[in-house]
Amino acid sequence: MKKRYLVLENGSIYEGEAFGADTDVMAELVFNTGMSGYQESITDLSYRGEIIVFTYPLIGNYGVNRDDFESLRPAASAIVVHEIARRPSNWRQMMSLPEWAEKSGMPGISGVDTRALTKELRDFGVMKAALVDEVTEETLSTLKNFQSSNTMVADATTKTQYQNPTDGVSIALIDFGLKNSILRSLAKRGANVMVFPADVAAETVLAANPDGILLSNGPGDPQDAAYAIPTIQALEEKVPLMGICLGHQLFALANGAETYKLKFGHRGFNHAVRHLSKERLDFTSQNHGYAVDRDSLANTDLVVTHEEINDHTIEGLRLKKHHAFSVQFHPDAAPGPHDAEYLFDDFLTMIADAKKETTQNA
Amino acid sequence: MPKRNDIKKVLVIGSGPIVIGQAAEFDYSGTQAALSLKEEGYDVILVNSNPATIMTDSEIADKVYIEPLSLDFIERILRKERPDAILPTLGGQTGLNMAKDLSEAGILDDLNIELLGTKLSAIEEAEDREEFKDLMERLHEPIPESTIATTVDEAIAFADEHGYPVIVRPAYTLGGTGGGIAENHSELLAIAANGLELSPVTQVLIERSIAGYKEIEFEVMRDAHDNALVVASMENFDPVGIHTGDSIVTAPVQTLSDREVQMMRDAALKIIRALKIEGGVNIQMALDPKSYKYYIIEVNPRVSRSSALASKATGYPIAKMAAKIAVGLTLDEIINPVTGTTKAEFEPALDYVVVKIPRWPFDKFSSADRRLGTQMKATGEVMAIGRNMEEALLKAVRSLEIGAVGLDDVTFDNLSDEALMQALMPARDDRLFMIAELLRRGISLEAIHDKTLIDEFFLDKVLHIIEIEQELAEHVNDVDYLQYAKKNGFADATIAKIWHQSMSEVRQLRHSKHLLPVYKMVDTVAAEFESKTPYYYATYEKENESVVSDKKSVIVLGSGPIRIGQGVEFDYATVHAVKAIQRAGYEAIIMNSNPETVSTDFSVSDKLYFEPLTLEDVLNVIDLEQPIGVVVQFGGQTAINLAQPLTDNGVQILGTTVEDLNRAEDREAFDQVIKQLALPQPVGKTATTVADALSAAQEIGYPVLIRPSYVLGGRAMEIVSSDEELKDYMQRAVKVSNDHPVLIDSYLVGQEAEVDVLSDGETAVIPGIMEHIERAGVHSGDSMSVYPPQYLSQKVQHEMVNAAINLAKSLNTVGLMNVQFVIHENTAYVIEVNPRASRTVPFISKVTHLPLAQLATRVMLGEKLADMGFETGLVPADDMVHVKAPIFSFTKLPDVDSLLGPEMKSTGEVMGSDTTLPKALYKAFVASNIKVPQYGNVLFTVADADKEEALTLAQRFNDLGFAIFATAGTGSYLAANALPVEILDKISESDNNSVVALREQKLQIVINTTQADERAESDGRLIRNAAIENAVPLFTALDTVKAFLEVLESRSFTVKEMQ
Repeated sequence: MKKRYLVLENGSIYEGEAFGADTDVMAELVFNTGMSGYQESITDLSYRGEIIVFTYPLIGNYGVNRDDFESLRPAASAIVVHEIARRPSNWRQMMSLPEWAEKSGMPGISGVDTRALTKELRDFGVMKAALVDEVTEETLSTLKNFQSSNTMVADATTKTQYQNPTDGVSIALIDFGLKNSILRSLAKRGANVMVFPADVAAETVLAANPDGILLSNGPGDPQDAAYAIPTIQALEEKVPLMGICLGHQLFALANGAETYKLKFGHRGFNHAVRHLSKERLDFTSQNHGYAVDRDSLANTDLVVTHEEINDHTIEGLRLKKHHAFSVQFHPDAAPGPHDAEYLFDDFLTMIADAKKETTQNA
Repeated sequence: MPKRNDIKKVLVIGSGPIVIGQAAEFDYSGTQAALSLKEEGYDVILVNSNPATIMTDSEIADKVYIEPLSLDFIERILRKERPDAILPTLGGQTGLNMAKDLSEAGILDDLNIELLGTKLSAIEEAEDREEFKDLMERLHEPIPESTIATTVDEAIAFADEHGYPVIVRPAYTLGGTGGGIAENHSELLAIAANGLELSPVTQVLIERSIAGYKEIEFEVMRDAHDNALVVASMENFDPVGIHTGDSIVTAPVQTLSDREVQMMRDAALKIIRALKIEGGVNIQMALDPKSYKYYIIEVNPRVSRSSALASKATGYPIAKMAAKIAVGLTLDEIINPVTGTTKAEFEPALDYVVVKIPRWPFDKFSSADRRLGTQMKATGEVMAIGRNMEEALLKAVRSLEIGAVGLDDVTFDNLSDEALMQALMPARDDRLFMIAELLRRGISLEAIHDKTLIDEFFLDKVLHIIEIEQELAEHVNDVDYLQYAKKNGFADATIAKIWHQSMSEVRQLRHSKHLLPVYKMVDTVAAEFESKTPYYYATYEKENESVVSDKKSVIVLGSGPIRIGQGVEFDYATVHAVKAIQRAGYEAIIMNSNPETVSTDFSVSDKLYFEPLTLEDVLNVIDLEQPIGVVVQFGGQTAINLAQPLTDNGVQILGTTVEDLNRAEDREAFDQVIKQLALPQPVGKTATTVADALSAAQEIGYPVLIRPSYVLGGRAMEIVSSDEELKDYMQRAVKVSNDHPVLIDSYLVGQEAEVDVLSDGETAVIPGIMEHIERAGVHSGDSMSVYPPQYLSQKVQHEMVNAAINLAKSLNTVGLMNVQFVIHENTAYVIEVNPRASRTVPFISKVTHLPLAQLATRVMLGEKLADMGFETGLVPADDMVHVKAPIFSFTKLPDVDSLLGPEMKSTGEVMGSDTTLPKALYKAFVASNIKVPQYGNVLFTVADADKEEALTLAQRFNDLGFAIFATAGTGSYLAANALPVEILDKISESDNNSVVALREQKLQIVINTTQADERAESDGRLIRNAAIENAVPLFTALDTVKAFLEVLESRSFTVKEMQ
C-alpha cells in the first residue's frame, strides 16, 4: 500500500493509503455527509476545485455504474475516505471506484480519521489542503500561497451550444457547470432543452425564443461569474426564469443582493428547507459554499421563499414583479431526496401562467 | 402546530410481558413516551402488567397501574381515570390490539376518549391483509402476489400463474408448522397437502417467494403537518426469507446506490403519508439484487423493535419524538435532543457502521429447531458500532456472550465441506460461523453466495476477517498486523489465541505500542454540528472524543442481550443503580451492548459506552475513565463473571468483594459457610468425572438434582432418578472436567421460597419473603410467586429470615443477595445463593415500595443502612397480595417442550395485585392471557405418581360443574374412584382423541404431568402442543392447578342441594 498525506492549511497532516490516480493536488477541502451517492457527488461540477471528504466511512460499496454520472469526468480534485470497499457489489456496477478514479485521473486517500477531519473543518472552517505522496518543507508554504482558480465556471461550462430537441416546452438552460440531473428532470417533463455556455449573450438566448430560462448550478464563488449578471437581468424581464444553486446566487446578484462564503458550507442531503408560503418542509440535496446575504435583500425586489430550518440560510428567492425564482438546493436531487422535485413542475406551471397572461394581455 | 391544549390527561398502554417478538424495546419506548409527555406538561397514566420494567416505576408517570392488559381491567382504569386520550402506538402489538378492542367495544366512544398517534383505520389498513393489499394497489406499490387456497389444486393454479418458488403458510398452526418454500410442482403438491392437513381451518396462504431479495427496512416518521422523514435505513445481511428479528442487520444500507435508496425512500414516505400516521412506522421492503424491482413486505404502524434499534443506531429517539408528535407538535418545532441546537426535522447522517445480531435461546433449548424462517425465535439482540463493517461485526459477535469472542470460536470439525455447505440453507442461528469456517477452508465466496444469496459485499467482510486471521498467524508479534487486526475489530483474546499467547500478553504489547482505542461520539449529524450527547463507541482511529470529566465516576456494567434467565429485570436494576450514583454526586457511566433497553438510552446516564461486555472492552473504558469503582451486581451473570478478572487487573469492584462473591458461588467454599452457620441444606456433592457423579448420586440417593457449576437460569439442570438417567445426562448435557465440575444435590420435595437481602455488611434487611406456588423442581424463574407468603408457617419464615441475615453477614454482602429455599417437612433448606441482584428485584421493589437497586447502590458507595433508617430483619408487609407469574413463548418455539422443570423456560413475567390471594391470582392468570372459564371441560392426563393428587383436583373441578375428560390411564383411575369421566383415545387409535378435541374447542383446560422417564412420550407432547396452538390453558404442575382452582372457586357460588 502506497502512503499518501493530506496536509491542511492549518498544518494538520493526515496519513493514509493512496488510491486512484498517482498525482498530487491542491484544492479547497470540504466535507459531504451523504451516506450514498458518492458517484454523483464526485462528478457534480459544483465540486470543481474541491477535495471531498466523505463523512460516511465506507465508500465505494456499490462501485461505479453507467447511469449515475452527473458529468462525464470527476469534477472533484480528489476524495478523502475512511475505507474504500475491497469488493463492491451492485448489479449496475461497471468497475470499482478506485479503478475508475485511476482511469479518470482522480487521486484519493483512504484510511483517514474522517470524523476528526470533519470536526476540524467544522471548527476552523473550510481550508485549503494538499494531497501529496511526500510531505516536504515546502508543502505547507506552497499550500498557503495556493490560490483557487477564479475561472472555474468557464472551465466547467459547455464550450458550444447544444440541444435535446423535443416537442415540449422550450427551456434555455445556461450551463455554469451543469449537473446531468437537471437535464434528466427536464427530459422527464418532455422539455425541449437548449443548453448555452455560461458567457452567452442575452440576445443569443432570446433569439432561440425559449419559453423559460434555467440557470444551472456550478462551482466556486458567484462573483467569479459576474459576467453572467447582465444576461440574467435582460432575460428575467422577458422570459420566466428559474435558478438552481450557483444559478440562484447569480440571480440574487443580478437583482442587487450580495453573497457571502459560509464557514463550512452545506454539502449533503439531510437538511430540511422550509417553503415559507406553502408551509411545507422538504429534505433537499445541497452543495454550496456560498449563500445569499439576507441583509442585502432590503432594497431589492427579491422575496425569500425558502430557508434552511436550522441556520435560516436563504434557500430560495422570488422576484416580485417577474416570473422568476431560484433555489439554493437541488430539486433535481442526485444524490439525495426527491422531495423538492415539484419545483420543476412549479416552473412549468409558471411558464404556462406567463403564457396565459401574455395571451390575455395581447 | 403547537401542542394540543384540549387534552390534559393521556393513558399510555405498555406491551405487557416479554415474549419472543415483543421484548424490552417496548419498555424503552414506553418509558420514553411517558417521560416525553410529562415533559410537555400532560398528566400521564401508565398501564402495564409487567413489573420488571422501568416504565412502571412511579416516577415515570403521574399514575402507574400494574394491571392485566385486558379489556375488562383497562376499562376499569379508564372509568376511574377518565383520560382525554390514549397513546396506543408505543406498546407493541399488545398496545395496538388493546386500542382496537376498546374501540370495538364502544368504550372509547362512551367515555369520549381519543386515540392519539394513529387512526384505527390506518392500523386496519396496515395490518389487515386485504386492506393492505388494496392500499398498496391504490398507491401503485407492489406487494408479493398471494392467494388463500383451501385445496391443493388452488395452490397449484396460483403457482402456475405466478411462477415458482412459492411460500406456503398454513393458517393457525403453531409457529407456522407445516409451512415451507416449494421450488416446483411436486414440492408444492407435498407441502400444500401437508399444510392443509395441519391447518385446523384447512387453509394455506400461497405467496410468490421473494426469498433471496435484499431485505431493506426504513424507519419513518410523520407529523400532523404531513412532514415526513426517514430516521434510518437498514439492510439485512441475511436476504429475505428469515424474519428480520432473526436476521443480522446493518445500518445504514450498504449495497444500495443512491438511486435505489431514494426509490425506496420515496415509497416509504408515500406509504406513511397515505396512512396518515402521526408518529413512527417501520416499513420492510424487498429489493431484487439484479434490478430496480422491489416489493413492500410489511408495514408496522407503530413503534417497533426495529425502531428501538434505529434509535440506538442513529441516536434519534423515535419513541420520544413519536409521543410529542402524537400531542400535536411538529418535527420542525421539536429540538433534536442529541445536538440540542438543531431541529428534529432532519434525517440522521451516520459516520459509523452498525451491526445487530440476534441472540437466540438455543443454548437453553437444545431440543429446539435451530432453523430460521418467517417465525422469529430470538429472545434478544446485540448491537455494535464500528468505523467499518468488520469491526462492528466482530464487536457484535463478542457481545452475544455465547462463548465466542471471534468467528474462529465456533468450529464445525465434524462436518465435511459438503455437509457444511448443505447446512447453510435453510439458515440456522450459527450460519455466520459456518460461512467463516467454509471461507477458512478455502471454499469460494461465490459458492457461498450461490447457496445463500447473501450479498458478496457482506461475504467479503467475513472473508477479510478470515484473511486477517491467517495473516496474524504468519506474523506473530508484528505490530503492523496487530494494528490492522485491531482496526478490523479483532479482540485481544482472538489475537492471543492465534499467537498462542495470553490475552494479557497481547494487551501489554498493545499498550507498549500505544495501540489504544479511541472513543467516538454518536451524534446523528456525522460531526456537521457540535453535539453534547454522551454516547460513545470504541474504535481504533486518530482522535478520541470522550473527554473525562473532573467529577468522580462509577461504571455500571449492564447485562447484555436478553436471553432466557437474564431478562429485562437486570436492565431495570442497572438503570436504578445509575440514578443512585447520580444522586450520590458521582458521574454514572453505563456500558452495555443491548439496543432494546432503557439503560442504553443516552439520556439515562452521564455517559454511555455502547460496547461489548468483555474483559478487554471493559478494561479499555476503565483505562480511559479511571472510575472510583465498577458496579457488577446488577448486570446478571454477565457482569458478575467479570468481577474476578477485573479485580485481577486491579479494578475496584464496588460492594461485595470478589473473594466473598466466590465464597457464595464456589461449591466447596459455600459448604463451609453453610456448615459454619449450621444451616439446613440438601446433601450435595461435586463431581469432576462421570464415575464420581455416579457414586455421589448413589450416596445421596435418587432423585437428585444435577447441574453444571456457575450457571444462570438453571441451564442444563435436571432431576434424575436413576443411574441410567444420570449417565444419559452426563453424556448429553455437560462436558464435565476439573475446571467444570457438576453439582449433585439431593432433590427434596417441597415448596420453594426465596428472599432478597439488602446488606451493608452490618445491617441486613429482608424486604420480603416470596413464596412459590409450584414446588421445588420447577425453576424459580418459571414459578408463580406470591408476596407476602400465604401458607408458610411462622417457623419457616423465621428460619428463612435468620438464614438470610446470617448468610449476608457471613458473606460480607455489601449490596444485594438472593437466597432460595425449599421447604421440606416444615424446615427451610437453603438451596441456592446468588450474591447479586436477582430477577426478583423489580417485583419486590414494586410491591414493597423499596427501591432496592438504588438502596444497594448507595450502600456500595459507602452509606450505611442504619443511617437510612433500616434495621436488620424482615420489613413488614402491607395488606395487599401480589402474584408474579411467568410468561412463556412456546408458540414461537414449537419444538421446545412446554413441560416445566428445573431448566428455566419463561421469557417474561406479569404481576397481579389485589386484596386477596384468589383475586391477585385471577389477575395474574388474566395478565398471562390464560382464559379463566366459568364452566367447560377439563382434560386430565397425568403421571402415575400424580394420580392421587389429580383425583382431588378433578373432584374440585367436578364440584364446580366442569366435566372431566381424561386419557386412558388417568381416566380409569378417576373412574375407579367414582368420578364421572369421559375417556379419550390415544391419538393413533381414533379421532376421538385429545388433540382433535382441542382443535374443536371442546376442552377448556388441559392438565398434563409426566414421569421423568417419559421424555419421549409422544401423545403428551402432541396434546401440550395442541393446547398451546389452540390457546387452551395448559398446566404441567399440579400446584398451579390448585392455584387456578382457588380462583375458580372464589369466583363461583356454591350450588348445593337441600338436605
